[in-house]
Amino acid sequence: MNEIFNPENKLEEINHEKLLRKVLVMKNKNMRLAQMCAAFVEGKYELSYSFADDETYEMSTLRLIIEPDTAIPSITEIYPYAFFYENEINELFGVNVKFINHDYNKKLYRIDAESPFVKKEDK
Amino acid sequence: MAQLMNFAPVVLKNLFSKPVTKNYPAEPAVYPARSRGHIEIDLDTCIMCGLCMRSCPSGSIKVDRPNATWTINRFDCVQCGYCATVCPKKSLTMNPGYQEPGEEKFEASYTKPAEEK
Amino acid sequence: MGKRSVVPFGPQHPVLPEPIHLDLVIEDEKIIEAIPSIGFVHRGLESLVTKRTYKEMTYVVERTCGICSFMHGMAYCEAVEEVMNVEVPDRGKYLRTIWAELSRMHSHLLWLGLLADGFGFESLFYQCWRLRESVLDVLELTTGGRCIFSVNKIGGVLKDLDEDMTKAILQTVDKVEKELEAIKKTFLFDYSVESRLKGVGVLTKQQAHDLGCAGPFARGSGIKMDMRMRGYDAYKDLDFEPIVSEDGDGYARCYVRTMEIFQSIDIIRQAIAKLPAGEFGVDVKGLPKGEAFVRVEQPRGEAVYYVKANGTQYLDRMRVRTPTFANLPGLVETLKGAQFADVPLLILAIDPCISCTER
Repeated sequence: MNEIFNPENKLEEINHEKLLRKVLVMKNKNMRLAQMCAAFVEGKYELSYSFADDETYEMSTLRLIIEPDTAIPSITEIYPYAFFYENEINELFGVNVKFINHDYNKKLYRIDAESPFVKKEDK
Repeated sequence: MAQLMNFAPVVLKNLFSKPVTKNYPAEPAVYPARSRGHIEIDLDTCIMCGLCMRSCPSGSIKVDRPNATWTINRFDCVQCGYCATVCPKKSLTMNPGYQEPGEEKFEASYTKPAEEK
Repeated sequence: MGKRSVVPFGPQHPVLPEPIHLDLVIEDEKIIEAIPSIGFVHRGLESLVTKRTYKEMTYVVERTCGICSFMHGMAYCEAVEEVMNVEVPDRGKYLRTIWAELSRMHSHLLWLGLLADGFGFESLFYQCWRLRESVLDVLELTTGGRCIFSVNKIGGVLKDLDEDMTKAILQTVDKVEKELEAIKKTFLFDYSVESRLKGVGVLTKQQAHDLGCAGPFARGSGIKMDMRMRGYDAYKDLDFEPIVSEDGDGYARCYVRTMEIFQSIDIIRQAIAKLPAGEFGVDVKGLPKGEAFVRVEQPRGEAVYYVKANGTQYLDRMRVRTPTFANLPGLVETLKGAQFADVPLLILAIDPCISCTER
Protein backbone atom coordinates (compact mmCIF):
# COMPACT_ATOMS: atom_id res chain seq x y z
CA MET A 1 0.00 0.00 0.00
CA ASN A 2 1.16 3.48 -0.71
CA GLU A 3 1.62 6.40 1.52
CA ILE A 4 -1.19 8.82 0.73
CA PHE A 5 -0.64 12.53 0.59
CA ASN A 6 -3.99 14.19 0.86
CA PRO A 7 -3.87 17.35 2.94
CA GLU A 8 -6.88 19.65 3.03
CA ASN A 9 -6.91 22.47 0.53
CA LYS A 10 -6.41 25.78 2.27
CA LEU A 11 -8.18 28.99 1.38
CA GLU A 12 -7.30 32.42 2.67
CA GLU A 13 -9.10 35.64 1.89
CA ILE A 14 -6.80 38.59 1.55
CA ASN A 15 -6.94 42.26 0.73
CA HIS A 16 -5.71 43.09 -2.76
CA GLU A 17 -3.11 45.49 -1.39
CA LYS A 18 -1.39 42.61 0.37
CA LEU A 19 -1.31 40.44 -2.75
CA LEU A 20 2.33 40.81 -3.71
CA ARG A 21 3.53 40.28 -0.15
CA LYS A 22 1.46 37.11 0.23
CA VAL A 23 2.58 35.76 -3.15
CA LEU A 24 6.18 36.37 -2.15
CA VAL A 25 5.59 34.30 1.00
CA MET A 26 4.37 31.44 -1.23
CA LYS A 27 7.39 31.80 -3.48
CA ASN A 28 9.68 31.61 -0.46
CA LYS A 29 7.95 28.41 0.62
CA ASN A 30 9.07 27.05 -2.77
CA MET A 31 5.54 26.53 -3.96
CA ARG A 32 4.44 26.32 -7.56
CA LEU A 33 1.66 28.46 -9.01
CA ALA A 34 -0.90 25.78 -9.84
CA GLN A 35 -3.60 27.96 -11.27
CA MET A 36 -5.14 31.36 -11.24
CA CYS A 37 -8.74 32.09 -12.04
CA ALA A 38 -11.38 34.74 -11.88
CA ALA A 39 -15.11 34.58 -11.30
CA PHE A 40 -17.68 37.32 -11.49
CA VAL A 41 -20.14 37.00 -8.63
CA GLU A 42 -22.69 39.61 -7.57
CA GLY A 43 -20.99 42.53 -9.23
CA LYS A 44 -17.54 41.76 -7.86
CA TYR A 45 -14.53 39.87 -9.14
CA GLU A 46 -13.34 36.89 -7.17
CA LEU A 47 -9.77 36.03 -7.97
CA SER A 48 -8.17 32.78 -6.82
CA TYR A 49 -4.45 32.23 -6.84
CA SER A 50 -3.67 28.59 -6.07
CA PHE A 51 -0.23 27.44 -5.05
CA ALA A 52 0.83 23.83 -4.83
CA ASP A 53 3.61 22.11 -3.02
CA ASP A 54 4.99 19.18 -4.98
CA GLU A 55 6.32 17.27 -2.01
CA THR A 56 3.46 17.43 0.45
CA TYR A 57 0.73 17.79 -2.23
CA GLU A 58 -0.63 20.73 -0.31
CA MET A 59 -2.60 23.39 -2.12
CA SER A 60 -3.32 26.81 -0.71
CA THR A 61 -5.42 29.40 -2.41
CA LEU A 62 -5.36 33.15 -1.97
CA ARG A 63 -8.75 34.71 -2.56
CA LEU A 64 -9.17 38.34 -3.53
CA ILE A 65 -12.51 40.03 -3.83
CA ILE A 66 -12.26 43.29 -5.73
CA GLU A 67 -14.56 45.90 -7.21
CA PRO A 68 -14.80 45.85 -11.03
CA ASP A 69 -12.73 49.01 -11.43
CA THR A 70 -9.92 48.06 -9.05
CA ALA A 71 -6.59 47.42 -10.70
CA ILE A 72 -4.40 44.65 -9.36
CA PRO A 73 -0.64 44.36 -9.79
CA SER A 74 0.77 41.58 -11.93
CA ILE A 75 2.70 38.81 -10.19
CA THR A 76 4.85 38.04 -13.24
CA GLU A 77 7.87 39.55 -11.48
CA ILE A 78 7.61 36.80 -8.86
CA TYR A 79 6.17 33.98 -10.98
CA PRO A 80 7.22 34.71 -14.59
CA TYR A 81 4.91 32.02 -16.01
CA ALA A 82 1.82 33.69 -14.53
CA PHE A 83 1.54 35.79 -17.67
CA PHE A 84 -0.72 33.24 -19.40
CA TYR A 85 -3.18 33.26 -16.51
CA GLU A 86 -3.11 37.03 -16.16
CA ASN A 87 -3.68 37.58 -19.84
CA GLU A 88 -6.54 35.11 -19.68
CA ILE A 89 -8.40 36.83 -16.82
CA ASN A 90 -7.70 40.16 -18.42
CA GLU A 91 -9.19 39.10 -21.72
CA LEU A 92 -12.11 36.92 -20.64
CA PHE A 93 -13.21 38.84 -17.55
CA GLY A 94 -11.79 42.29 -18.13
CA VAL A 95 -9.90 42.34 -14.83
CA ASN A 96 -7.47 45.22 -14.91
CA VAL A 97 -4.03 43.65 -14.35
CA LYS A 98 -1.20 46.14 -14.42
CA PHE A 99 2.38 45.64 -15.56
CA ILE A 100 2.22 42.13 -17.04
CA ASN A 101 5.46 41.00 -18.61
CA HIS A 102 4.40 39.74 -22.05
CA ASP A 103 1.10 41.59 -22.21
CA TYR A 104 -0.92 40.21 -25.12
CA ASN A 105 -3.29 43.22 -24.87
CA LYS A 106 -6.47 41.11 -24.94
CA LYS A 107 -5.29 39.18 -27.98
CA LEU A 108 -4.42 35.86 -26.33
CA TYR A 109 -7.55 34.08 -27.52
CA ARG A 110 -8.18 36.21 -30.62
CA ILE A 111 -11.86 36.84 -29.86
CA ASP A 112 -13.83 39.91 -30.85
CA ALA A 113 -16.10 40.13 -27.82
CA GLU A 114 -15.08 42.34 -24.94
CA SER A 115 -14.80 40.31 -21.68
CA PRO A 116 -17.25 37.57 -22.79
CA PHE A 117 -17.35 35.76 -19.44
CA VAL A 118 -18.99 38.68 -17.66
CA LYS A 119 -22.65 39.15 -18.43
CA LYS A 120 -23.44 42.57 -19.84
CA GLU A 121 -26.37 43.31 -17.52
CA ASP A 122 -24.27 42.62 -14.40
CA LYS A 123 -21.69 45.26 -15.17
CA MET B 1 24.14 1.12 -24.27
CA ALA B 2 22.90 1.92 -27.73
CA GLN B 3 22.03 -1.15 -29.76
CA LEU B 4 21.32 -1.82 -33.38
CA MET B 5 18.73 -4.04 -35.03
CA ASN B 6 16.20 -3.78 -32.20
CA PHE B 7 13.31 -3.39 -34.53
CA ALA B 8 14.20 -6.27 -36.83
CA PRO B 9 12.30 -9.00 -34.89
CA VAL B 10 9.15 -6.86 -34.91
CA VAL B 11 9.47 -6.26 -38.64
CA LEU B 12 10.07 -9.94 -39.39
CA LYS B 13 7.10 -10.99 -37.29
CA ASN B 14 5.00 -8.40 -39.04
CA LEU B 15 6.09 -9.65 -42.45
CA PHE B 16 4.80 -13.15 -41.80
CA SER B 17 1.56 -12.38 -39.97
CA LYS B 18 -1.91 -11.57 -41.17
CA PRO B 19 -2.91 -7.90 -41.53
CA VAL B 20 -4.47 -6.46 -38.36
CA THR B 21 -6.79 -4.25 -40.35
CA LYS B 22 -10.09 -5.38 -41.74
CA ASN B 23 -10.96 -5.50 -45.39
CA TYR B 24 -13.67 -3.02 -44.43
CA PRO B 25 -16.30 -2.48 -47.10
CA ALA B 26 -16.13 -6.16 -48.07
CA GLU B 27 -16.11 -7.30 -44.46
CA PRO B 28 -18.70 -5.45 -42.33
CA ALA B 29 -17.62 -3.56 -39.22
CA VAL B 30 -18.81 -5.11 -35.99
CA TYR B 31 -19.98 -2.83 -33.22
CA PRO B 32 -20.25 -4.06 -29.64
CA ALA B 33 -23.68 -3.97 -28.03
CA ARG B 34 -22.83 -0.93 -25.91
CA SER B 35 -21.63 1.13 -28.87
CA ARG B 36 -23.19 4.58 -28.81
CA GLY B 37 -24.25 5.12 -32.39
CA HIS B 38 -27.63 6.75 -32.56
CA ILE B 39 -30.75 7.41 -30.50
CA GLU B 40 -33.90 5.50 -31.24
CA ILE B 41 -37.36 6.31 -29.99
CA ASP B 42 -40.19 3.99 -29.13
CA LEU B 43 -43.22 6.18 -29.84
CA ASP B 44 -45.66 3.76 -28.27
CA THR B 45 -44.36 4.42 -24.78
CA CYS B 46 -43.31 8.05 -25.28
CA ILE B 47 -45.47 10.48 -23.33
CA MET B 48 -44.09 13.63 -25.02
CA CYS B 49 -42.97 15.08 -21.70
CA GLY B 50 -40.13 17.00 -23.32
CA LEU B 51 -37.54 16.15 -20.67
CA CYS B 52 -35.13 14.96 -23.38
CA MET B 53 -35.48 18.31 -25.17
CA ARG B 54 -34.71 20.25 -22.00
CA SER B 55 -31.72 18.16 -20.99
CA CYS B 56 -29.97 17.73 -24.35
CA PRO B 57 -26.52 19.39 -24.01
CA SER B 58 -26.34 20.21 -27.71
CA GLY B 59 -30.01 21.15 -28.12
CA SER B 60 -30.63 18.74 -30.97
CA ILE B 61 -34.00 17.35 -29.84
CA LYS B 62 -37.33 19.09 -30.34
CA VAL B 63 -40.59 17.83 -28.88
CA ASP B 64 -43.81 19.22 -30.32
CA ARG B 65 -46.53 18.23 -27.91
CA PRO B 66 -49.69 19.45 -29.75
CA ASN B 67 -48.71 17.64 -32.95
CA ALA B 68 -47.19 14.68 -31.10
CA THR B 69 -43.94 14.96 -33.03
CA TRP B 70 -40.47 14.08 -31.80
CA THR B 71 -37.67 15.61 -33.89
CA ILE B 72 -33.94 15.05 -33.72
CA ASN B 73 -31.18 16.67 -35.66
CA ARG B 74 -28.78 13.76 -35.80
CA PHE B 75 -25.96 15.95 -37.09
CA ASP B 76 -26.04 18.07 -33.93
CA CYS B 77 -26.37 15.09 -31.60
CA VAL B 78 -23.15 14.30 -29.74
CA GLN B 79 -24.16 10.75 -28.73
CA CYS B 80 -23.81 11.41 -25.01
CA GLY B 81 -26.89 9.36 -24.17
CA TYR B 82 -28.14 11.75 -21.49
CA CYS B 83 -31.65 11.81 -23.00
CA ALA B 84 -31.84 8.03 -22.69
CA THR B 85 -30.74 8.30 -19.05
CA VAL B 86 -33.33 10.91 -18.09
CA CYS B 87 -36.27 9.52 -20.09
CA PRO B 88 -38.94 8.66 -17.47
CA LYS B 89 -40.56 5.93 -19.60
CA LYS B 90 -37.30 4.60 -21.05
CA SER B 91 -38.63 5.09 -24.59
CA LEU B 92 -35.27 6.39 -25.78
CA THR B 93 -32.46 3.93 -26.35
CA MET B 94 -28.90 4.31 -27.56
CA ASN B 95 -28.14 1.77 -30.25
CA PRO B 96 -25.12 0.85 -32.38
CA GLY B 97 -24.85 2.12 -35.94
CA TYR B 98 -23.63 5.57 -36.81
CA GLN B 99 -25.45 8.29 -38.69
CA GLU B 100 -24.49 8.35 -42.35
CA PRO B 101 -22.68 11.47 -43.45
CA GLY B 102 -24.52 13.92 -45.66
CA GLU B 103 -23.98 17.12 -47.55
CA GLU B 104 -26.35 19.11 -45.41
CA LYS B 105 -27.83 18.81 -41.95
CA PHE B 106 -31.39 17.63 -41.76
CA GLU B 107 -33.80 16.67 -39.04
CA ALA B 108 -35.57 13.38 -38.60
CA SER B 109 -39.14 13.63 -37.41
CA TYR B 110 -41.20 10.94 -35.79
CA THR B 111 -44.93 11.47 -35.34
CA LYS B 112 -46.93 9.53 -32.86
CA PRO B 113 -49.98 7.92 -34.49
CA ALA B 114 -53.23 9.45 -33.28
CA GLU B 115 -54.72 7.44 -30.47
CA GLU B 116 -58.13 5.93 -30.95
CA LYS B 117 -60.62 7.22 -28.49
CA MET C 1 27.40 35.52 -35.06
CA GLY C 2 24.93 34.95 -37.81
CA LYS C 3 22.07 37.07 -38.92
CA ARG C 4 18.87 36.73 -36.93
CA SER C 5 15.62 35.95 -38.62
CA VAL C 6 12.12 35.05 -37.51
CA VAL C 7 10.47 31.85 -38.70
CA PRO C 8 6.75 31.48 -38.11
CA PHE C 9 5.88 27.93 -37.04
CA GLY C 10 2.31 26.61 -37.04
CA PRO C 11 -0.66 26.64 -36.55
CA GLN C 12 -0.59 24.31 -39.54
CA HIS C 13 2.46 22.14 -39.76
CA PRO C 14 2.97 18.66 -41.27
CA VAL C 15 4.27 16.98 -38.11
CA LEU C 16 2.23 18.91 -35.61
CA PRO C 17 -1.52 18.51 -35.74
CA GLU C 18 -1.97 21.04 -32.96
CA PRO C 19 -3.05 24.63 -33.53
CA ILE C 20 -0.23 26.45 -31.77
CA HIS C 21 1.73 29.23 -33.35
CA LEU C 22 5.34 29.99 -32.46
CA ASP C 23 7.48 32.82 -33.68
CA LEU C 24 10.97 31.37 -33.66
CA VAL C 25 13.86 33.81 -33.61
CA ILE C 26 16.72 31.87 -35.15
CA GLU C 27 20.37 32.55 -35.64
CA ASP C 28 21.66 30.22 -38.36
CA GLU C 29 20.14 26.91 -37.22
CA LYS C 30 19.91 27.77 -33.54
CA ILE C 31 16.83 29.08 -31.76
CA ILE C 32 17.36 32.16 -29.66
CA GLU C 33 13.83 32.92 -28.61
CA ALA C 34 10.37 31.46 -29.07
CA ILE C 35 7.18 33.44 -28.65
CA PRO C 36 4.07 31.29 -28.31
CA SER C 37 0.61 32.37 -29.25
CA ILE C 38 -2.57 30.40 -28.98
CA GLY C 39 -6.19 31.28 -29.57
CA PHE C 40 -7.11 29.44 -32.77
CA VAL C 41 -9.61 27.07 -31.19
CA HIS C 42 -11.03 28.92 -28.21
CA ARG C 43 -14.57 27.64 -27.64
CA GLY C 44 -15.59 29.27 -24.36
CA LEU C 45 -16.64 25.96 -22.77
CA GLU C 46 -16.18 27.38 -19.28
CA SER C 47 -18.86 29.99 -19.79
CA LEU C 48 -21.37 27.31 -20.83
CA VAL C 49 -21.91 26.53 -17.13
CA THR C 50 -24.30 29.45 -16.92
CA LYS C 51 -26.46 27.98 -19.71
CA ARG C 52 -26.37 24.23 -19.06
CA THR C 53 -27.42 22.54 -15.85
CA TYR C 54 -24.70 21.08 -13.67
CA LYS C 55 -25.67 17.54 -14.69
CA GLU C 56 -25.62 18.30 -18.41
CA MET C 57 -22.20 19.87 -17.97
CA THR C 58 -20.74 16.42 -17.30
CA TYR C 59 -21.18 15.66 -20.99
CA VAL C 60 -19.93 19.05 -22.12
CA VAL C 61 -16.82 18.82 -19.95
CA GLU C 62 -16.01 15.38 -21.37
CA ARG C 63 -15.75 16.96 -24.78
CA THR C 64 -13.05 19.38 -23.68
CA CYS C 65 -10.46 16.97 -24.98
CA GLY C 66 -10.65 13.97 -27.26
CA ILE C 67 -7.93 11.97 -25.55
CA CYS C 68 -8.17 12.57 -21.82
CA SER C 69 -11.93 12.96 -22.13
CA PHE C 70 -12.77 10.49 -19.38
CA MET C 71 -10.57 12.16 -16.81
CA HIS C 72 -12.04 15.58 -17.53
CA GLY C 73 -15.50 14.21 -16.82
CA MET C 74 -14.23 12.37 -13.77
CA ALA C 75 -12.55 15.44 -12.30
CA TYR C 76 -15.64 17.55 -12.88
CA CYS C 77 -17.88 14.96 -11.24
CA GLU C 78 -15.51 14.68 -8.29
CA ALA C 79 -15.55 18.44 -7.84
CA VAL C 80 -19.35 18.56 -7.85
CA GLU C 81 -19.49 15.51 -5.56
CA GLU C 82 -17.20 17.29 -3.13
CA VAL C 83 -19.46 20.33 -3.16
CA MET C 84 -22.58 18.21 -2.61
CA ASN C 85 -20.97 15.80 -0.12
CA VAL C 86 -21.81 12.73 -2.18
CA GLU C 87 -19.98 9.53 -1.41
CA VAL C 88 -19.39 7.41 -4.52
CA PRO C 89 -19.80 3.65 -3.93
CA ASP C 90 -16.56 1.69 -3.91
CA ARG C 91 -17.30 -0.18 -7.11
CA GLY C 92 -17.88 3.14 -8.87
CA LYS C 93 -14.49 4.36 -7.69
CA TYR C 94 -12.75 1.24 -8.95
CA LEU C 95 -14.49 1.38 -12.32
CA ARG C 96 -13.42 5.00 -12.70
CA THR C 97 -9.86 3.99 -11.91
CA ILE C 98 -9.86 1.17 -14.45
CA TRP C 99 -11.22 3.37 -17.24
CA ALA C 100 -8.88 6.20 -16.30
CA GLU C 101 -5.86 3.92 -16.54
CA LEU C 102 -7.06 2.49 -19.86
CA SER C 103 -7.29 6.04 -21.18
CA ARG C 104 -3.80 6.74 -19.91
CA MET C 105 -2.58 3.70 -21.82
CA HIS C 106 -4.16 4.75 -25.08
CA SER C 107 -3.00 8.33 -24.66
CA HIS C 108 0.61 7.34 -24.04
CA LEU C 109 0.56 4.87 -26.94
CA LEU C 110 -0.75 7.66 -29.14
CA TRP C 111 2.04 9.91 -27.94
CA LEU C 112 4.73 7.29 -28.51
CA GLY C 113 3.41 6.84 -32.04
CA LEU C 114 3.46 10.57 -32.70
CA LEU C 115 6.96 10.79 -31.31
CA ALA C 116 8.11 8.01 -33.65
CA ASP C 117 6.45 9.86 -36.50
CA GLY C 118 8.13 13.07 -35.34
CA PHE C 119 11.61 11.63 -35.67
CA GLY C 120 10.75 9.87 -38.89
CA PHE C 121 10.32 6.24 -37.80
CA GLU C 122 7.12 5.47 -39.68
CA SER C 123 6.87 1.74 -39.00
CA LEU C 124 7.34 2.26 -35.28
CA PHE C 125 4.48 4.74 -35.44
CA TYR C 126 2.25 2.09 -37.02
CA GLN C 127 3.19 -0.45 -34.35
CA CYS C 128 2.22 1.93 -31.53
CA TRP C 129 -1.08 2.82 -33.08
CA ARG C 130 -1.85 -0.82 -33.77
CA LEU C 131 -1.48 -1.50 -30.05
CA ARG C 132 -3.54 1.55 -29.22
CA GLU C 133 -6.29 0.21 -31.43
CA SER C 134 -6.69 -2.89 -29.26
CA VAL C 135 -7.08 -0.66 -26.18
CA LEU C 136 -9.68 1.41 -28.03
CA ASP C 137 -11.55 -1.76 -28.97
CA VAL C 138 -11.85 -2.86 -25.38
CA LEU C 139 -12.93 0.65 -24.39
CA GLU C 140 -15.66 0.56 -27.00
CA LEU C 141 -16.74 -2.83 -25.74
CA THR C 142 -16.98 -1.69 -22.13
CA THR C 143 -18.20 1.89 -22.45
CA GLY C 144 -19.63 2.29 -25.94
CA GLY C 145 -17.22 4.95 -27.09
CA ARG C 146 -13.68 4.72 -28.41
CA CYS C 147 -12.38 7.97 -26.97
CA ILE C 148 -15.34 9.73 -25.44
CA PHE C 149 -16.91 7.30 -23.03
CA SER C 150 -19.81 9.23 -21.48
CA VAL C 151 -19.99 6.85 -18.54
CA ASN C 152 -19.48 9.41 -15.79
CA LYS C 153 -22.30 10.79 -13.78
CA ILE C 154 -22.38 12.79 -10.62
CA GLY C 155 -22.47 10.11 -7.96
CA GLY C 156 -20.62 7.34 -9.77
CA VAL C 157 -20.64 5.74 -13.19
CA LEU C 158 -23.44 4.80 -15.57
CA LYS C 159 -22.32 1.38 -16.74
CA ASP C 160 -21.04 -1.69 -14.98
CA LEU C 161 -18.43 -4.23 -16.01
CA ASP C 162 -19.56 -7.84 -16.19
CA GLU C 163 -17.42 -10.97 -16.00
CA ASP C 164 -16.78 -11.17 -19.75
CA MET C 165 -15.74 -7.55 -19.91
CA THR C 166 -13.19 -7.75 -17.11
CA LYS C 167 -11.83 -10.83 -18.87
CA ALA C 168 -11.61 -8.91 -22.14
CA ILE C 169 -9.76 -6.06 -20.39
CA LEU C 170 -7.28 -8.46 -18.82
CA GLN C 171 -6.68 -10.21 -22.14
CA THR C 172 -6.07 -6.88 -23.85
CA VAL C 173 -3.62 -5.62 -21.26
CA ASP C 174 -1.77 -8.95 -21.40
CA LYS C 175 -1.49 -8.65 -25.15
CA VAL C 176 -0.42 -5.01 -25.04
CA GLU C 177 2.17 -5.75 -22.37
CA LYS C 178 3.69 -8.58 -24.40
CA GLU C 179 3.87 -6.63 -27.64
CA LEU C 180 4.95 -3.39 -26.02
CA GLU C 181 7.84 -5.27 -24.44
CA ALA C 182 9.17 -5.83 -27.99
CA ILE C 183 8.61 -2.24 -29.13
CA LYS C 184 10.00 -0.82 -25.88
CA LYS C 185 13.48 -1.99 -26.86
CA THR C 186 13.37 0.19 -29.93
CA PHE C 187 12.28 3.27 -28.00
CA LEU C 188 14.73 2.87 -25.15
CA PHE C 189 17.83 1.27 -26.60
CA ASP C 190 17.90 1.82 -30.35
CA TYR C 191 20.86 3.72 -31.67
CA SER C 192 19.00 5.94 -34.11
CA VAL C 193 16.24 6.76 -31.63
CA GLU C 194 18.76 7.64 -28.94
CA SER C 195 20.63 9.94 -31.28
CA ARG C 196 17.44 11.92 -31.85
CA LEU C 197 16.37 12.09 -28.21
CA LYS C 198 19.41 12.06 -25.92
CA GLY C 199 20.47 15.49 -24.75
CA VAL C 200 17.73 17.22 -26.72
CA GLY C 201 15.74 19.94 -24.97
CA VAL C 202 17.22 19.54 -21.51
CA LEU C 203 15.20 20.99 -18.65
CA THR C 204 16.77 20.70 -15.21
CA LYS C 205 14.80 19.90 -12.07
CA GLN C 206 15.13 23.47 -10.80
CA GLN C 207 14.01 24.92 -14.14
CA ALA C 208 11.03 22.58 -14.30
CA HIS C 209 9.99 23.65 -10.82
CA ASP C 210 10.51 27.35 -11.52
CA LEU C 211 8.38 27.12 -14.66
CA GLY C 212 5.55 25.29 -12.93
CA CYS C 213 5.66 22.18 -15.13
CA ALA C 214 3.41 19.20 -14.46
CA GLY C 215 2.93 15.58 -15.37
CA PRO C 216 5.34 13.36 -17.29
CA PHE C 217 7.16 16.46 -18.50
CA ALA C 218 8.06 17.39 -14.90
CA ARG C 219 8.70 13.76 -13.92
CA GLY C 220 11.13 13.49 -16.82
CA SER C 221 13.08 16.29 -15.16
CA GLY C 222 13.20 14.54 -11.82
CA ILE C 223 10.25 16.07 -9.98
CA LYS C 224 8.51 13.26 -8.13
CA MET C 225 4.99 14.54 -8.44
CA ASP C 226 1.98 12.47 -9.37
CA MET C 227 -1.50 13.57 -8.34
CA ARG C 228 -2.53 9.92 -8.03
CA MET C 229 -0.49 9.89 -4.83
CA ARG C 230 -3.26 12.01 -3.33
CA GLY C 231 -5.25 8.80 -3.28
CA TYR C 232 -8.44 9.90 -4.98
CA ASP C 233 -10.78 7.18 -6.26
CA ALA C 234 -9.31 3.72 -5.81
CA TYR C 235 -5.69 4.84 -5.94
CA LYS C 236 -5.51 4.85 -2.15
CA ASP C 237 -5.83 1.05 -2.14
CA LEU C 238 -3.46 0.35 -5.01
CA ASP C 239 0.26 0.02 -5.03
CA PHE C 240 2.35 2.16 -7.35
CA GLU C 241 5.25 4.59 -7.36
CA PRO C 242 5.58 7.66 -9.58
CA ILE C 243 8.01 7.04 -12.42
CA VAL C 244 10.80 9.57 -12.44
CA SER C 245 13.81 10.11 -14.61
CA GLU C 246 16.60 12.54 -13.74
CA ASP C 247 17.98 13.45 -17.16
CA GLY C 248 15.36 15.99 -18.22
CA ASP C 249 15.90 15.42 -21.96
CA GLY C 250 13.69 14.02 -24.70
CA TYR C 251 14.80 10.49 -23.90
CA ALA C 252 13.78 10.87 -20.23
CA ARG C 253 10.28 11.98 -21.22
CA CYS C 254 9.99 9.05 -23.60
CA TYR C 255 11.20 6.70 -20.85
CA VAL C 256 8.70 8.06 -18.30
CA ARG C 257 5.75 7.65 -20.65
CA THR C 258 6.79 4.17 -21.82
CA MET C 259 7.14 2.95 -18.25
CA GLU C 260 3.85 4.57 -17.29
CA ILE C 261 2.05 2.30 -19.74
CA PHE C 262 3.44 -0.71 -17.86
CA GLN C 263 2.48 0.98 -14.60
CA SER C 264 -1.08 1.49 -15.86
CA ILE C 265 -1.25 -2.19 -16.85
CA ASP C 266 -0.18 -3.11 -13.34
CA ILE C 267 -2.76 -0.76 -11.76
CA ILE C 268 -5.54 -2.17 -13.95
CA ARG C 269 -4.67 -5.72 -12.87
CA GLN C 270 -4.65 -4.73 -9.21
CA ALA C 271 -7.95 -2.86 -9.55
CA ILE C 272 -9.68 -5.75 -11.31
CA ALA C 273 -8.40 -8.21 -8.70
CA LYS C 274 -9.77 -6.04 -5.89
CA LEU C 275 -12.95 -4.93 -7.70
CA PRO C 276 -15.63 -4.86 -4.98
CA ALA C 277 -19.19 -5.94 -5.68
CA GLY C 278 -22.23 -3.80 -5.16
CA GLU C 279 -23.60 -0.49 -6.35
CA PHE C 280 -21.62 1.49 -8.90
CA GLY C 281 -23.50 4.76 -8.79
CA VAL C 282 -25.91 6.67 -6.60
CA ASP C 283 -28.63 9.06 -7.68
CA VAL C 284 -27.96 12.58 -6.66
CA LYS C 285 -30.78 14.86 -5.65
CA GLY C 286 -30.64 18.48 -4.66
CA LEU C 287 -28.61 21.39 -5.85
CA PRO C 288 -24.95 22.14 -5.24
CA LYS C 289 -23.85 25.09 -3.12
CA GLY C 290 -20.26 25.87 -2.30
CA GLU C 291 -16.93 25.56 -4.00
CA ALA C 292 -14.23 22.95 -4.47
CA PHE C 293 -10.83 22.49 -6.01
CA VAL C 294 -9.98 19.07 -7.40
CA ARG C 295 -6.70 17.94 -8.86
CA VAL C 296 -6.32 14.76 -10.90
CA GLU C 297 -3.47 13.24 -12.85
CA GLN C 298 -4.27 13.10 -16.53
CA PRO C 299 -2.04 11.43 -19.10
CA ARG C 300 -0.52 14.83 -19.81
CA GLY C 301 -0.18 15.88 -16.19
CA GLU C 302 -2.02 17.56 -13.39
CA ALA C 303 -5.40 19.09 -14.16
CA VAL C 304 -7.05 21.49 -11.75
CA TYR C 305 -10.81 21.75 -11.63
CA TYR C 306 -12.55 24.51 -9.75
CA VAL C 307 -16.30 24.55 -9.28
CA LYS C 308 -18.32 27.28 -7.64
CA ALA C 309 -22.01 26.66 -7.16
CA ASN C 310 -24.67 29.01 -5.88
CA GLY C 311 -27.53 26.67 -5.00
CA THR C 312 -29.27 26.79 -8.38
CA GLN C 313 -29.21 24.39 -11.33
CA TYR C 314 -26.51 26.48 -12.96
CA LEU C 315 -23.01 26.84 -11.61
CA ASP C 316 -21.45 30.24 -11.11
CA ARG C 317 -18.07 29.25 -12.40
CA MET C 318 -16.18 26.23 -13.55
CA ARG C 319 -12.52 26.49 -14.24
CA VAL C 320 -10.30 23.97 -15.96
CA ARG C 321 -6.53 24.33 -15.77
CA THR C 322 -5.26 21.75 -18.22
CA PRO C 323 -1.75 20.28 -18.04
CA THR C 324 -0.65 21.80 -21.33
CA PHE C 325 -1.44 25.25 -19.98
CA ALA C 326 1.10 24.62 -17.23
CA ASN C 327 3.66 23.09 -19.56
CA LEU C 328 3.75 25.82 -22.21
CA PRO C 329 6.28 28.00 -20.30
CA GLY C 330 8.50 24.93 -19.95
CA LEU C 331 8.19 24.26 -23.67
CA VAL C 332 9.36 27.78 -24.52
CA GLU C 333 12.36 27.30 -22.23
CA THR C 334 13.39 24.00 -23.85
CA LEU C 335 13.21 25.56 -27.30
CA LYS C 336 15.81 28.18 -26.45
CA GLY C 337 19.18 27.07 -27.73
CA ALA C 338 17.79 24.05 -29.57
CA GLN C 339 18.41 23.17 -33.18
CA PHE C 340 15.75 24.22 -35.67
CA ALA C 341 15.29 20.63 -36.84
CA ASP C 342 14.41 19.52 -33.29
CA VAL C 343 11.51 21.95 -32.89
CA PRO C 344 8.67 19.54 -33.83
CA LEU C 345 10.16 16.91 -31.54
CA LEU C 346 10.44 19.33 -28.63
CA ILE C 347 6.88 20.54 -29.03
CA LEU C 348 5.72 16.93 -29.10
CA ALA C 349 7.71 16.21 -25.95
CA ILE C 350 5.19 18.01 -23.74
CA ASP C 351 2.35 16.09 -25.42
CA PRO C 352 0.56 19.32 -26.28
CA CYS C 353 -3.20 19.45 -26.40
CA ILE C 354 -4.01 22.98 -27.45
CA SER C 355 -7.73 22.44 -27.81
CA CYS C 356 -8.11 21.61 -24.14
CA THR C 357 -5.70 24.39 -23.20
CA GLU C 358 -7.98 26.97 -24.75
CA ARG C 359 -11.21 25.17 -23.89
